[in-house]
Amino acid sequence: MAQTYYTQDHEWLRVEGDTATVGITDYAQEQLGDLVFVELPEAGKVVAKGDTVVVVESVKAASDVYSPADGTIVETNGALSSDPSLVNSAATGDGWLWKMKLSAPSQLEGLLDEAGYAKLIG
Amino acid sequence: MTEAGLRTLPLEDLHTAAGARFGAFAGWSMPLQYAAGVMKEHQHTRAHAGLFDISHMKLIDVSGKDAAALLARACPLDPEALAEGQAKYTFLLNDRAGIIDDLIITRLGPARFMVVANAGNAARDEAHLRGLVGGLDCKIDPLDRVFLALQGPEASDVLAKAGIDGSALGFMNGTEPRPGWFLSRSGYTGEDGFELGLPEADAREVVARLLADERVLWIGLAARDSLRLEAGLCLHGQDITEETDPVAAGLTWAIPKALRTSGTYFGHEALAKIVALGAAECRVGLKPEGRQPVRAGAPLFDEAGNTVGRVTSGGFGPSAGHPVAMGYVAAPLATNGTRLFAEVRGAKVPVDVHPLPFTPHRYRKG
Repeated sequence: MAQTYYTQDHEWLRVEGDTATVGITDYAQEQLGDLVFVELPEAGKVVAKGDTVVVVESVKAASDVYSPADGTIVETNGALSSDPSLVNSAATGDGWLWKMKLSAPSQLEGLLDEAGYAKLIG
Repeated sequence: MTEAGLRTLPLEDLHTAAGARFGAFAGWSMPLQYAAGVMKEHQHTRAHAGLFDISHMKLIDVSGKDAAALLARACPLDPEALAEGQAKYTFLLNDRAGIIDDLIITRLGPARFMVVANAGNAARDEAHLRGLVGGLDCKIDPLDRVFLALQGPEASDVLAKAGIDGSALGFMNGTEPRPGWFLSRSGYTGEDGFELGLPEADAREVVARLLADERVLWIGLAARDSLRLEAGLCLHGQDITEETDPVAAGLTWAIPKALRTSGTYFGHEALAKIVALGAAECRVGLKPEGRQPVRAGAPLFDEAGNTVGRVTSGGFGPSAGHPVAMGYVAAPLATNGTRLFAEVRGAKVPVDVHPLPFTPHRYRKG
């Protein structure tokens, strides 16, 4: 059974076993506005919590998306190369950004659940 | 949402009600985008009519017997040659011919001109003008107005339906349809359109009438920026500054021939020197390869890795359908098709020197 976590930086993680699918929240995509480009990492890249993994670019500006945990990138959402607006239209679904194998699953304990995140964005 | 120390627009409540997201620009809290979002707002303006609140910009009324003489001292412009109603794009220059601000000046009468100044420069412009008054008989009055722009192919019809008939105005002409109002056929999107300065109470009525027309949508500053960038128009503070001159900026067309090499206006000696020597660098359009936008501040390199310029504006062009940018490059490279590289987050993105505008201008002719 997958469990969903949220970060203070407006990312979501859907965790199944030791693998997490990561994206930005609907609130975040709304704040960013229409996305025109998503810069994705290479699969195999080892990242630490807080590293910039993805850069999402709106018409106006570029914004970093940080890794919510330590791990290794196993897959990125190739569909975003041709259609970055998927992040706007389906931030928590087809607009996912990357999948990673978690190396320190205990880091998840510090993250927010859905209720906690809802409180954060008020 | 308002950040401390920022000035707020007189119609801010209307923007809030329309779902605006605000951001800081030139000391003002400005609506960046509304519910529709920048992409739709941009495309709506090119297809129908976009309504912009540009009250951060300043209208300055210059009047008196010597009003023309003052502007002739201040700008590379022949104000006496302007017909009543005629408007010109011009500049205030510093003593190095750097651009203090770019302006639109409209002649409203034998001894009256309307100067439209950029938000962030208005106080500096006013001080510069006052500093040049010495011995002249003229008045400089910054006006307290709401300033709106209505832009797009349906702007003229929409405005007429709202009771303001501007259809007889040619592009770059202005008039005073009512006391305290200033209407010009101009804009900064590459589309036909109008700019209208008027007192706040009148503005609220006009805005309500305009928004009742389904062809009209509020458009935020983000789309204003992508529209003007596609249209190849300069943003002061980015594409033109006190460190860039009209020759390098490719804006010599705005200066009457006789005033390029002589004249008495402030900065004329420096400009004549630059005209004689030629610009070392030139402003050009830049088309990034692929979908990755290249932003202001990115350095530009040639094939060999030499630094040859910089990006001054960049983003995505919703009408162009690809990233668009402009910047300055060494003069020998300012040829369409030249392949350069912009550095973005450590990677080199190929960009080609590209003709401006990216989207053809559709101003009303004649």
